[in-house]
Amino acid sequence: MSAYVVRRVISMIILLLLLTLVVFILFSLLPADPARLTCGKGCTPEVLEANRHKLGFDLPVIQQYWEFMKGLFVGRIYAADSPSPVVCNAPCLGYSFKRGEEVLVLIKDRLPPTIWLALGAFFLWLAAGISLGIYAALRRGRWQDKTVMGISLAGYSLPSFFLGLMAIFFIVIRLQLLPYPSYVSPFENPIQFFQTMLLPWIVLAILYAAFYMRLTRNQMLEVLGDDYIRTARAKGLPERVVIRKHALRAGLTPIVTAAGLDLAGLLGGAIITESIFSLPGLGSLAVNSVNDADLPVIVGITLVTATFIIVANLIVDLLYAVIDPRVRLV
Amino acid sequence: MVKVALIDGPDSLTGSEVASRSLRKIVWTRLRRDKLAMVCLFILIALYLIAIFAPVICGLLGVDPYSFDKESISDSGGGPVGTWGGISTEHPLGVEWGTGRDIFAQLLYGLRISLLIATTATILTVFFGTVLGIISGYAGGKTDAVIGRTMDLILAFPFLLIILAMSGVLTQRLTALGVPDGNPSRITYLIIVLSIFGWPYLARIVRGQVLSVREREFVEASIAMGASRYRILFKEILPNLWAPILVYATLTLPTYVGTEAALSFLGVGVLPPDTSFGGMLGNSVSYFSVVPSYLFIPGVVLVVLVVTFNLVGDAVRDALDPRAGRV
Repeated sequence: MSAYVVRRVISMIILLLLLTLVVFILFSLLPADPARLTCGKGCTPEVLEANRHKLGFDLPVIQQYWEFMKGLFVGRIYAADSPSPVVCNAPCLGYSFKRGEEVLVLIKDRLPPTIWLALGAFFLWLAAGISLGIYAALRRGRWQDKTVMGISLAGYSLPSFFLGLMAIFFIVIRLQLLPYPSYVSPFENPIQFFQTMLLPWIVLAILYAAFYMRLTRNQMLEVLGDDYIRTARAKGLPERVVIRKHALRAGLTPIVTAAGLDLAGLLGGAIITESIFSLPGLGSLAVNSVNDADLPVIVGITLVTATFIIVANLIVDLLYAVIDPRVRLV
Repeated sequence: MVKVALIDGPDSLTGSEVASRSLRKIVWTRLRRDKLAMVCLFILIALYLIAIFAPVICGLLGVDPYSFDKESISDSGGGPVGTWGGISTEHPLGVEWGTGRDIFAQLLYGLRISLLIATTATILTVFFGTVLGIISGYAGGKTDAVIGRTMDLILAFPFLLIILAMSGVLTQRLTALGVPDGNPSRITYLIIVLSIFGWPYLARIVRGQVLSVREREFVEASIAMGASRYRILFKEILPNLWAPILVYATLTLPTYVGTEAALSFLGVGVLPPDTSFGGMLGNSVSYFSVVPSYLFIPGVVLVVLVVTFNLVGDAVRDALDPRAGRV
């Protein structure tokens, strides 16, 4: 087990290094000149050259990569030989000259709305998805099953932005049940926070729950036919215990995988949901940075998101062994 | 297109006269009994035909997506004259804000672009996913490790962000390579990135299947007979993988329709005067509190398209399920 963890962590670090390198090559070797994009309209060749130097874009890609990696551990000073050097403290994910801020600080500032959105939706969709999935499996082939599967089909066929816009149209504009979304911290104004987050939570939860209903139903149907379930029933265990302790636990592994990876993906910013409900999270920071061609921020967000996904992959695999005693990690 | 994909199995399956009933026949018999699936299949064929013949249909109705109609919009604000976004005999689904361009015609041309992108990207995804999955699963060792790590790498990327970020520069690159400037480049870009981020999912499934198929006796037999590696991979092993591949393809197409719409919604898709569903929905954001039909018309058509695809995909999966009672 511990050897397995060590091996996985090492391959995870290699994957992350590789990923950073690919991101760097992708973003640096392209024909567009990133410095040119930071320069604006009245750009002279001198300013352009100075900007390119300030951002380190005049270095070869491998050296840029090396500077970036070094910055992660020991910090970095941009334009050290100029009269106004910019200091970026370790761990330095880069510096956005567009916004005059360290990338890491920008990401940290935008993380709370994203985390709240992801967590709220996560609990809603797991609760709805798993319970309806079990219910459908237990009523297999009857109208309840067909209804749940119909809801699920509708859920995963609805594009997120259409669902989000419909929610705003009916609930905010026509029925005026909720005010127009405007994010505040829950510690500042909990009521407004909930009023803002309710719709995005529900929209995201509907989209994801659709998939979990199906997955849970199929898993349960698979497991409920197994011998040990018959044994458990023959022992006279109450149906509730058979379902919860025996069937659900055995059928849970793929659900945990999906849940871990989906949550990690959402923590990297739900680009569409955030932009529809104007939440100032990582997703909207990403879209803004793309529009501003603010490369350091795009690189930073890409790496943070990818790290979430890679770490979630590892955690999910380790959880397997905890949930399902039949799984042995080698 | 879809009909062909569903009833025309690979030749290798039908070529053998020994099998009393080929997979293709079994699946087709089962599908034909599924009334809902047949209805959906006809809707899909109809949608493809509408997309292909969009210019003809628009010509018959006397509308087109490009010409401005200043008479159908008000002089002051540019909003459509009349109720429901300016629905009239002249403009069956209303007109666009500010230009008076016909929404019905835009919808048909948008359907064309959405289906073109989603279908081509699905074909490429299936091709690369299958080939790389088979090679990875059969070769094992270093080849498998390289392909496997590449897949891990691609799957770890936040693909929506990457597609957004790279769109400007890569579209320029495509133009430099000779793809016509503007929308052809943007469409090509979308097809390429959807395929690049899509193939690993299928390759994983195919690889898993190959791992078990390659241990079977008939593979051993053809190795013993000295068959070439190409023959083993694509004539012996591949025919056993059509079921998961077909299911994956039918369920991927609607996903791509949705993803393409989402990307166009975020501004990566085709530029005016052309449009796609996502683009129309994106434009509706500024006006839908006044003209809700801008939101609902493309939205509902998009949902119908995706639902019918998903229902056909589900039906294909049920029909291919070996555990279901044989017909």
